[in-house]
Amino acid sequence: MDATGMDSPSIDRRTFLLAGGAMVVSFASGASTNAAAAVAAKGHVAPKSLSLSEVDGFLAIGADGRVTVYSGKVDLGTGVRTALMQIAAEELDTPLERIDVVQGDTLLTPDQGATISSVSISRGGVEVRRAAATARAALIEESARRWTLPAASLSTQAGAVVAADGRRLAYGELIGGRQFALKVDAKVRTKDPATYTVVGKPVPRVDIPAIVTGRFEFMHDFRLPGMLHARVVRPPTMRGRLGEVDDSAAKRIPGYVATVRHGNFLAVVARDEWASIRAARALRAEWANWEGLPAMDRLWDEVRRTPVLRDEVTQNVGKAPEVVEKAARTLRATFDFAIHTHGSIGPSCAVAQWTDGNLHCWSASQQTHELRRQLADMFSLPAEQVRCSYIEGSGCYGRNGHEDAAADAALIARSFKQPVRVQWSRADEHVWDPKGPPTLIDYVAALDSLGNVVAWSSEAWIPAGQSVSRATLVAAEHAGMPVDASHPGSVQNHLAIQYRFPNIRSVAHRLAHTPFRPSWIRTPGRMQNTFGNEVFIDELAHATGVDPLMFRIRALDDRRGVEALERVAKLAAWQPRGGPNARGGGSGDVLRGRGVSYVKYELVRTYVAAVAEVEVNRKTGHVRVTRFFVAHDCGQIINPDGLKNQIEGNVVQTASRALFEELRFDRSTVTSRDWATYPILRFPDAPDVVIDLIDRPREAPWGAGEPTAAVVPSAISNAIFDATGVRMRSVPFTPAKLLEGLRRV
Amino acid sequence: MAHTYALRVNGRTTRVTVDDPDMPLLYALRNQVGLRGPQFGCGLGQCGACTVQLGGQAVRSCSVPVSAAAGKPVTTLEGIGDAGRLHPLQQAFIDEQAVQCGYCINGMIMQAKALLERNRSPSDEEIRAALAGNLCRCGTHVRIVRAVKRAASTMA
Repeated sequence: MDATGMDSPSIDRRTFLLAGGAMVVSFASGASTNAAAAVAAKGHVAPKSLSLSEVDGFLAIGADGRVTVYSGKVDLGTGVRTALMQIAAEELDTPLERIDVVQGDTLLTPDQGATISSVSISRGGVEVRRAAATARAALIEESARRWTLPAASLSTQAGAVVAADGRRLAYGELIGGRQFALKVDAKVRTKDPATYTVVGKPVPRVDIPAIVTGRFEFMHDFRLPGMLHARVVRPPTMRGRLGEVDDSAAKRIPGYVATVRHGNFLAVVARDEWASIRAARALRAEWANWEGLPAMDRLWDEVRRTPVLRDEVTQNVGKAPEVVEKAARTLRATFDFAIHTHGSIGPSCAVAQWTDGNLHCWSASQQTHELRRQLADMFSLPAEQVRCSYIEGSGCYGRNGHEDAAADAALIARSFKQPVRVQWSRADEHVWDPKGPPTLIDYVAALDSLGNVVAWSSEAWIPAGQSVSRATLVAAEHAGMPVDASHPGSVQNHLAIQYRFPNIRSVAHRLAHTPFRPSWIRTPGRMQNTFGNEVFIDELAHATGVDPLMFRIRALDDRRGVEALERVAKLAAWQPRGGPNARGGGSGDVLRGRGVSYVKYELVRTYVAAVAEVEVNRKTGHVRVTRFFVAHDCGQIINPDGLKNQIEGNVVQTASRALFEELRFDRSTVTSRDWATYPILRFPDAPDVVIDLIDRPREAPWGAGEPTAAVVPSAISNAIFDATGVRMRSVPFTPAKLLEGLRRV
Repeated sequence: MAHTYALRVNGRTTRVTVDDPDMPLLYALRNQVGLRGPQFGCGLGQCGACTVQLGGQAVRSCSVPVSAAAGKPVTTLEGIGDAGRLHPLQQAFIDEQAVQCGYCINGMIMQAKALLERNRSPSDEEIRAALAGNLCRCGTHVRIVRAVKRAASTMA
């Protein structure tokens, strides 16, 4: 490839301004911050506060009045950038067009924790809101001092403080380019929601025009001058030991630069991307055989037999075991949820550069600050010598391969002066991203002679977790460098239930190991555990002859939860049902049914009530979700259209997981290596999603990135039961499982 | 041995020099022409993220050798419209906010464009069938179908 025609540098649009000791970033409107971040990499930038307790940690106002929000929470394609802009614009009374956002840069943004668990609004947004309200109060105070007027007589409007006589002081004049040097007031008075003009409105996302015209800069588009391209050559087994490497054929590929080997880590570097791919294919490596994975058809036996590190009681009310022992009637059921990949459409990609022993890594990691700690550990460096910058990538839906690609790039780049870009292949992503671990849950419930549920008990077999959510970096493991243990995410969440039964016990058997490196996939644990809970609840409703929606309402003592269920019943025109096919749904080979599900996320926040409507073909076993109804209460809504987009995405993505997805493997490695061997939902199977948003402007704003996913598999399973009388207790609901169930009904 | 090809991309001719005539068109578009519309998703023609129009047909640029594209008109997402002059599909995707992470959106718009060129008022089912080979992971399907429908109505 012609080197002169290679990737043009992208540091061309923005500049850093240094004024009054504070760093202020100026942007072309709507542009990403990536190139600005690259400029800052040169290291001539005054320190910016990263403090969570200081206004300057979150906000800067330039002399031109532009407001920059520094957010440790990043936009993973969820629209949170726009939502944070709305919050800042509202609280500062500044037009949205004058707000910029810098996200996930360890040199610039405070560490607000990883972008996980649907807390970017409830934590990230609230932190920005308090900082903005504190800033606004300070700007009013300063104006009051200059004008010698009482602060109470002043207001803010369009980026300026305004006096009753019409005098104005623009924020740029008051603070432009200087630091606030002010603690965030945790008790600051924020605006009255009744006066909101930006929050609560369906503001269009600021990034979409660039995306639909091909001007947006994804991580995959990020280029630096002189950048080299690398491909990692992963072992053909999950525990590959590397023997001899013959790179003589690779060396003959024009553009080949080097082979990089560290222990069992192998990569090839070239001047252009295609040469790196060809060279990787031409590399001959000897790998020791390894067959340590369980047989796939015996997975659940293996999970049940895995040594337990500890038992974690996740809920204990009354004396469930004794009550079950003596019960007049018991129901038992076992649920399993297959191993899943995140399934990002764009395989992971990262760029790294070493300068004077300092590492700068650009990636689409959802946890730039944690990645920085991990890379520092990996290379035995002080964290101050590592900088991680976020650039939006293909959606990750949890901890996928982005961080691993970053570690690959960092390890390879250590041998070069130039920046190195690593692009994973499709198979790299499917095989080597950490996986949503297998989940196995046994349930037992006890009924008294009147049919009341008197005890509920569940026990789950799930991997053990560490204190910090992070996954081992593959490159560090393969290279024999320091590693952290992998964490599956808080997968014990939602083993506890909200329903009020007199005796409840749930236990998590935390397992010593799991077949694949575990991590969190969107709605980790909450999706798998709520699947079991909400199908088993349906089984209890059916066993006691009560309509499943009414059964839930009766078992709840929560006004907002009940309202969500009542509203979804109205939205879906729910007809009470006493058992499968009670309404005679469907005709011929196609059976129709509806199922309900409900969750209060982690028992403390967002409420979701849902009704799934399915068509089941009893000849083919194919299930299609035709409509999916959601009543959603996440408190104060920041952007109702962005919220609907998230709910729709949760429904469709999780319908895909419930109906189609299962990671396949042999004794050596993952055999789901692409979209043919790991099918996901396609357009003809996408349900219509009907949503009722319950807005509570005076309540705290909660998240929506995950909660709806929790109810989708159970709502579909319950609808399949309604249509067919078959209980689907194993995700995915494949035609084979359904046909087997139909034979038994 | 280096090969030089004249690529006609979005109405402009760019000469690209490559070592391998079998290098997929996608790499020439992204790394030599400097485009950001077509994305690498699988390299297998399975997901559609890299879709461009070649000689008026929607093709997977990850699976077309650059040598086979030489001399034929290539149209990418950048070439159908820009901020000042949006294509009706681009406008409709904005109006419907039919984007989540956006990585697949190039393919959705370019595939839909090919559909609308042969069927000016497709039904929902026809849109879903036409996009069945394009994968979206975020679950933006419902909005994408609405956007294509909206574009069809504005182009009618």
